[in-house]
Amino acid sequence: MSAKQPILELRNVDKSFGPIDVLHEISIKVRAGEVLCLLGDNGAGKSTLIKTLAGVHQPTRGEFLMDGQPVTFGNPKEAQERGIATVHQFGGTYPLMSVGRNFFMGSEPTKGFGPFKYFDRAKANRIAVEEVQKMGITRITDGDRLVGGLSGGERQSLAIARAVYFGARVLILDEPTAALGVKQAAHVLRIVNEAKKRGLAVIFITHQVMHAMAVGDHFAVLIRGAIAADFRKGEKTREEIADLMAGGESMAELEANIEVYQQTHDGHVPQMSA
Amino acid sequence: MTDQSSFESSPVSPVSRSFSFSSLLRSPASGAFMGFAVVFILFSIFGFGRNFLSVPGVTTWVNYASLVGIIAIPVGFLMISGELDISTGAVLPASTMTVAIVCGHYQMPIMVGIVAALSVGALIGFVNGYIVTHTQVPSFIVTLATLFAVAGLTLYLSIFFINNTNSFYNAPAFAKALLGGKFYGFNSSVFWWAGLVCVFVFFLHYSPKGSWVFALGGDQESARNAGIPVTKLKIGLFMLCSTATAFAGVLQVITFNSATSQANFGLIFNTIISVVVGGVLLTGGFGTVMGIVFGVLTLSIVTQAIGFTEIDRNLSFLIIGVMLLIAVLMNDTFRKLATSWSKPSKK
Repeated sequence: MSAKQPILELRNVDKSFGPIDVLHEISIKVRAGEVLCLLGDNGAGKSTLIKTLAGVHQPTRGEFLMDGQPVTFGNPKEAQERGIATVHQFGGTYPLMSVGRNFFMGSEPTKGFGPFKYFDRAKANRIAVEEVQKMGITRITDGDRLVGGLSGGERQSLAIARAVYFGARVLILDEPTAALGVKQAAHVLRIVNEAKKRGLAVIFITHQVMHAMAVGDHFAVLIRGAIAADFRKGEKTREEIADLMAGGESMAELEANIEVYQQTHDGHVPQMSA
Repeated sequence: MTDQSSFESSPVSPVSRSFSFSSLLRSPASGAFMGFAVVFILFSIFGFGRNFLSVPGVTTWVNYASLVGIIAIPVGFLMISGELDISTGAVLPASTMTVAIVCGHYQMPIMVGIVAALSVGALIGFVNGYIVTHTQVPSFIVTLATLFAVAGLTLYLSIFFINNTNSFYNAPAFAKALLGGKFYGFNSSVFWWAGLVCVFVFFLHYSPKGSWVFALGGDQESARNAGIPVTKLKIGLFMLCSTATAFAGVLQVITFNSATSQANFGLIFNTIISVVVGGVLLTGGFGTVMGIVFGVLTLSIVTQAIGFTEIDRNLSFLIIGVMLLIAVLMNDTFRKLATSWSKPSKK
């Protein structure tokens, strides 16, 4: 059953930088057409995990599997060749370059031969605009426009459209909504859904529970470099997830303590002494 | 749907082929061209009675511009990619002395001298690029260090080999004609410059690798993630810059028959001023070859041709200072125009 097989899987992956352990025993898997949300507060190890997935870092221990086969990536390029695309918070776009050039950065379409190969601007612009429009961004109509003039959401969308066009099978989105307003974030979430519909496996990293719940099928909460909770859609409420992120069980315990206190003290909350 | 209002659909026409005045204005070269036009017209008015427009008047600053220009364009490439190279001031004398020592003192064929000089340039560029890409030291400091190191080494080796800091060298006739001749008052270097400008325009604006140079200055981390060989490209740009400088040195020694080992600190300022006046953003990611060409021409008129006008020669530095400031302020405006511009939608 190929549909059941995860495209990407980590089994008990550890990552240490010298004596410092950043990730412990991370096990995650993501299938085609599925969105895995990685939730975690700042410093939980999200960036290290993304960099490990993207081929920037290599796992110290544990297994990294794609389609059930163990893989090792020496650099980001190798991960990209296997179909792992990473889109960073600011879209990884170059503000003072055109939409067409941004779209094809690193894989430029050319005309001509030998040393006279030149950038095929017309083709690049046409494909870039078509692909971005297919993802639902109809406001981009001119491939010559500079990306600096686009909104944050449009830049994210451009980057996602680019990854999809270049045959990404796993899309890693690093805090795509963190710097965006409400409307722009909704915009990006729609594109995430679009990517999912096209059968991509999406790993969506965020600390905004609302955004995660809007698109996620599967959730993993990362605390201090370890998976603290792993559950599917509908198994936990928004409050429970927020609690988990803020410190896991200890937060729930603290709340329970306060509740007990309130019951025994006529509904007053504990007073801070000193 | 949350924001349908912002999704105005307009007919898809991804490529604008039509020529428009606004697209000319948005080009970073336009500011440089306007600056050049203003300076040229003013100098023509003040220099009308003093031969500014005569053949010697024009060739004086065009000949000067060609040598500065061959160096300034690769310096501009580095600035676009977010780096600075000030070691050019030492590479130029190192190159001229190499030619003079190898061909003049040791009587080797001219080709050996040229190859030796270009190799010296490439080597210095490699050292610059390697240190910049493999350490956290800013390129300004790295090339400042190589500027002094190479300048010192050039002086030391000149004394060591020929016991003189200056030297003379007369190139054979064919080399003289090809690299140091005169056609209607224009030095050969002018034609070499014109050819190199074509190659550089193609490289930066038409070849696929040109985008990579802009990407380096735009966002180096993303460039690396997009699979661009950041380290190789950067070392390559430093080598291009030093090799071009060495080539300018070859042209200079063959044209003027003399070489000096004194570091040329003025050249550093002239190249950087030309690049900035030419509309390249100091922070990288934006600029054009033609802009730099106009920047070089403007600088050359002000510094070299002022003697052909009624303007006091001593004012040339003042004009350059004011011009540089205006250029930097204008560059900012042009960049804003460029980013905020979008094609008027047809309703």
